[in-house]
Amino acid sequence: MKDEVIRRLGPLLLAVLGLAFVPFVTSDYVLHIAIQILLWGFVYTAWSLMGKFGLVSLGHGAFLGIGAYASPLLWNYTGLTPWLGIPIGILLAVLLALIIGYPCFRLRVVGHYFALVTLALSQVALLTIVAARDITGGSLGMTPKAVGHSWYALQFPEKPYFYAIALVAWAFGLCIWHLVDLGKGRAALEAIAEDEGAAASIGINVMREKLRVTVTSAALTALGGSLLSQYFMYVNPDTLSGIAVSLQIVFAAIAGGMYSVFGPTAGGLFTIALPEILRISLGTNFVGAANTIYGALLVIFIIFMPRGIIGWVESRLAAAPAR
Amino acid sequence: MLEVSGLSKRFGHFPAVNQVSFNLRQGEILGLIGPNGSGKSTTFNLIAGAMRPSAGSIRFEGAEISGLPAHKVCHIGLARTFQIPRPFRRLSLVENVALAAHFGSSESIAESEARRRAENALETVGFSSMKVSTEGLGAAALKKLELARALATQPRLLLADESLGGLDHAEMEHAAAMLETIRTRLGITIIWVEHIMGLLMRVVDRVIVLDHGEKIFEGLPEAAAKDARVTEVYLGHART
Ligand SMILES: Nc1ncnc2c1ncn2[C@@H]1O[C@H](COP(=O)(O)OP(=O)(O)OP(=O)(O)O)[C@@H](O)[C@H]1O
Ligand SMILES: [Mg+2]
Repeated sequence: MKDEVIRRLGPLLLAVLGLAFVPFVTSDYVLHIAIQILLWGFVYTAWSLMGKFGLVSLGHGAFLGIGAYASPLLWNYTGLTPWLGIPIGILLAVLLALIIGYPCFRLRVVGHYFALVTLALSQVALLTIVAARDITGGSLGMTPKAVGHSWYALQFPEKPYFYAIALVAWAFGLCIWHLVDLGKGRAALEAIAEDEGAAASIGINVMREKLRVTVTSAALTALGGSLLSQYFMYVNPDTLSGIAVSLQIVFAAIAGGMYSVFGPTAGGLFTIALPEILRISLGTNFVGAANTIYGALLVIFIIFMPRGIIGWVESRLAAAPAR
Repeated sequence: MLEVSGLSKRFGHFPAVNQVSFNLRQGEILGLIGPNGSGKSTTFNLIAGAMRPSAGSIRFEGAEISGLPAHKVCHIGLARTFQIPRPFRRLSLVENVALAAHFGSSESIAESEARRRAENALETVGFSSMKVSTEGLGAAALKKLELARALATQPRLLLADESLGGLDHAEMEHAAAMLETIRTRLGITIIWVEHIMGLLMRVVDRVIVLDHGEKIFEGLPEAAAKDARVTEVYLGHART
């Protein structure tokens, strides 16, 4: 057990230590990209908690949107600190996860049907945000009232602060990933993914296990959403909710490798850095081309590397003869 | 220990199980037989909570359990095997059984204890090597895995859906001997579903014969073999 913990936490600790030095040696621009990769990596990791057990949710845009909007709305209209606004957003996302998860699991909505139901959920979230434009600013988005450097408002114009927050959040997400992956919880979810009836017959409370992982995933996603909106100081329904975002999450997690702990983060690297590199090398004339290339690459990944980039690397390393 | 009364299950208008009643005594092996489609597996599904009965009551050790979800039925000490084995292929052999040990009882147990129970169960059913993946296990081995998984939940009543088709004679003898061992050594009461009469008759204390979802006979195995209706219905089918 102890060895197992060291084996799992060792690489993570090393990664965090290495990444902690980044702000001292790079520009704000690199930090800006790195923050996005870490925060999105965190969101993709949250999604993969469900995805790797066959619970393919296309509704995570909704959880992300709730998290992203809750604290700015509460801050602007009631002056409530994000330190409370964020937990409230998480709570709402958890509530929504239960409302959608319970009937789905009770009625045994699985596979493609589960994906479709949750797909509808993300679009409903987007339409709700747009419809409530008097409060949310609709498709134009909204900005939390800026107060400059403030712990109370969780606003930091200087990048290293948010970089530290993103790094902590990301490391926390990976710890949760390991927690879910350890021992009997993982085995139970694997069993459920394969055969719910057989799992129930040996005493596994299928509903409870599925709800637990769904709620965990939704809560982390909402946290990711709220950190993204705090960082950007701007929320927009198209970039933080809706089907497009849900698909981005799914694609990134799969392309990176949803069965490996660093996979979704690699997906973040891929989806954030690649369009950026294309934008710089091809110029702004090719902004549309960037999206197309990115989409085509993802399709190729899903076909030729079903376990994602990291999964592919892992299988290569395993296949290589030990020296 | 188990009192079933007026148990019925309809699929649409089709009565798969129709007004079946019987009692089961502690420590007994009850044979549940009948031709294909007579409602044996459905009866198990109803008792084990995999399906809700359309009507009737099921009392286990005095408590009503009909309508309880499957995992709760398992927790109160009632385990079942599936006619067509349903192993978790992504898990290894030991993991399959250890998972059952872990979740099978309502109290939580340590990982080492779950593993010990799993190894015991695997040993009981006759697995010597523990480090096997479920990939490439034959029909007989998968049947054993089913049994081991059920035993690992430490049941007091075992519903063994062992229609032993696909096994050769020696394997069937072995399976029969195993059920006797489970009863005598572990003190587990058993309902054994089977459609090959001969083998079952030597092992069980009593038999119930189902036909078209209805109970047409209940009594000693010798009497069943002589019963006119049973021989007509049951052996008539068996010959085809
Ligand atoms: N889920 C279901 N939906 C509809 N009909 C079903 C279902 N399960 C079983 N049946 C029908 O109910 C009847 C009884 O089936 P059951 O599986 O209980 O028979 P059995 O006695 O176990 O047969 P066998 O000896 O072949 O295993 C059959 O006619 C079957 O087609
Ligand atoms: Mg059957």
